[in-house]
Amino acid sequence: MIAVEHLVKHYRVAARSAGIGAALRSVFNRTYRTVRAVDDITFRIQPGESVGFLGPNGAGKTTTLKVLAGLLVPTSGRVQVGEFTPQDRRNAFLRSITLVTGQKNQLIWDLPPVDTFDLNAAIYGIGPDDMKRRLAELVSLLEIGEIITKPTRQLSLGERMKCELTAALLHYPRVLFLDEPTIGLDVTMQASIRRFIRGYCRRHGATVLLTSHNMADVSEICDRVILIDYGKLRFDGSITQLVRRTRPYKRLELRFSSPVEPERLQALGDVVLQTDSKAVIQIPRERLRASMESALKDLEAVDLTATDAPLEEVLAEFFSQRPDARVRR
Amino acid sequence: MNRRLLLATLLRTGLAQTVAYRGELVVWLLTTNTPIIMLIVWTAVAAEAPVGRYGTNEFAAYFLASLVVRLLTGAWVIWEINEEIRTGTLSMRLLKPLHPFLIYAAENIGAWPIRIVFLLPVVPLFLVWLGPSYLTRDPIQALLFVPCLLGAWGIWFSSMLCVGCLALYWHRSISVFDVWLAAYLAFSGYLVPIDLFPVWLRDWVELLPFAQILALPVNTMLGVIDRGRTITGLLLQLVYGLSFTSLALLLFRRGVRRFEAFGG
Repeated sequence: MIAVEHLVKHYRVAARSAGIGAALRSVFNRTYRTVRAVDDITFRIQPGESVGFLGPNGAGKTTTLKVLAGLLVPTSGRVQVGEFTPQDRRNAFLRSITLVTGQKNQLIWDLPPVDTFDLNAAIYGIGPDDMKRRLAELVSLLEIGEIITKPTRQLSLGERMKCELTAALLHYPRVLFLDEPTIGLDVTMQASIRRFIRGYCRRHGATVLLTSHNMADVSEICDRVILIDYGKLRFDGSITQLVRRTRPYKRLELRFSSPVEPERLQALGDVVLQTDSKAVIQIPRERLRASMESALKDLEAVDLTATDAPLEEVLAEFFSQRPDARVRR
Repeated sequence: MNRRLLLATLLRTGLAQTVAYRGELVVWLLTTNTPIIMLIVWTAVAAEAPVGRYGTNEFAAYFLASLVVRLLTGAWVIWEINEEIRTGTLSMRLLKPLHPFLIYAAENIGAWPIRIVFLLPVVPLFLVWLGPSYLTRDPIQALLFVPCLLGAWGIWFSSMLCVGCLALYWHRSISVFDVWLAAYLAFSGYLVPIDLFPVWLRDWVELLPFAQILALPVNTMLGVIDRGRTITGLLLQLVYGLSFTSLALLLFRRGVRRFEAFGG
């Protein structure tokens, strides 16, 4: 289980204005300010859960992940991952976790990925037979058989990311901290990485804490989301709960064989989009059934789909309702 | 964890990284050319008249031996640590259940076979030009040359670790290393053999770590100091090596708690 209680992480950063004068002044008189990257957050994650950790840029997501991975020491608060306190950085703890980040490599840049895999196998004490079996499994799932002998520097971003995942998972960690694992990848590669992560968690019962700005990552991998903003926890619950709370509407997508007058559509709800053959209407959840019946009967819709608002829109709306109390020192 | 397999893999990876860029490797090894320049300068000076006990051949032997020692005891970990702390890539090493110092050490030691290959032309040059009489004739001292080299590398590497770890406190510590390097150039015997220093200075300089990094193995190789002085030097190497390693571990352990894991 992951337990975070009243976690606070502050950074002290040097601050100066632009320009040569300010640069010279800072040599003699440097001013600092404290950034509250994470400001008293508390949550728990059960073993085997997959949780999306979301928020705008600078919200404190990556800082929290780094604290959980033992890279940063909290300013205050308590953090527990399994039976370990991450900041102690015990070997048994490091063997039980992995941190994959889309912006940092563990692959040795000048050598083929297979050399990093060998090195990791030796460091994590994976025997040759075990290593062969695990590598075969990961190589087959990620379809990287052709590329693991090419120098890392010559791989595409997507190929590198797949190899990063292989290197990060060879020791079969029980806890996965994933920081934007699909950043910069094309949609096919993103889908393949998501499929792989889901499969890994299912097979190994792993716990996942994922940060991503890609909502497809979140909706396909996670059952629950934690939202933070300016270092404070703003929401903790299922995606459904988040959608219902933020957007208590359903979207009705209608298709017609001939154009329908706008007034008739407005009678059903808020019209989000209308063309000659298609319309999207936002309807309060409690009126969904009646509206669907009316669309089929009165408007003679030939096709009808009811959906929730896209997660991107839900989050954009959620974070647009930020409290004003966000003073930073 | 199979320690032998781990060590073999670490060294193999270190070697593979060293040879990844062949052109850069050659250029980098050529930058260790100061002893050759010193050889040319000092043999020209000694051609007029001997300097102390050094005639042309003695200077040639000294600086060829310096080249051997310098090539075999070089390390680059200071630049690696500084860069990794500044860019936050040290995080990736910290996630592994193995102390980063061990990985750095293996990466540096892994380059030894290539360094030895580059030394191959120096040995026949030494023997043809000067003959074997300029090397130690004491077999025990010849054997002691090996631990002397290891000790010299150990001091050099661990002092680099110490200065490198200061970057955890100041973000960059290369300028501190520049001071260390200047002291090394002055007091190790790299530019001027230590026994040409005034006596009052030489007695002090011979106790400094810099002399144990270069002058001790060079003089042991050439047999210009006796066995007793070599053993005393080995003990000094041990003291300095352990002290620097302990200090580096302390600086690292405390510094990592301040590490901000920038980027990503």
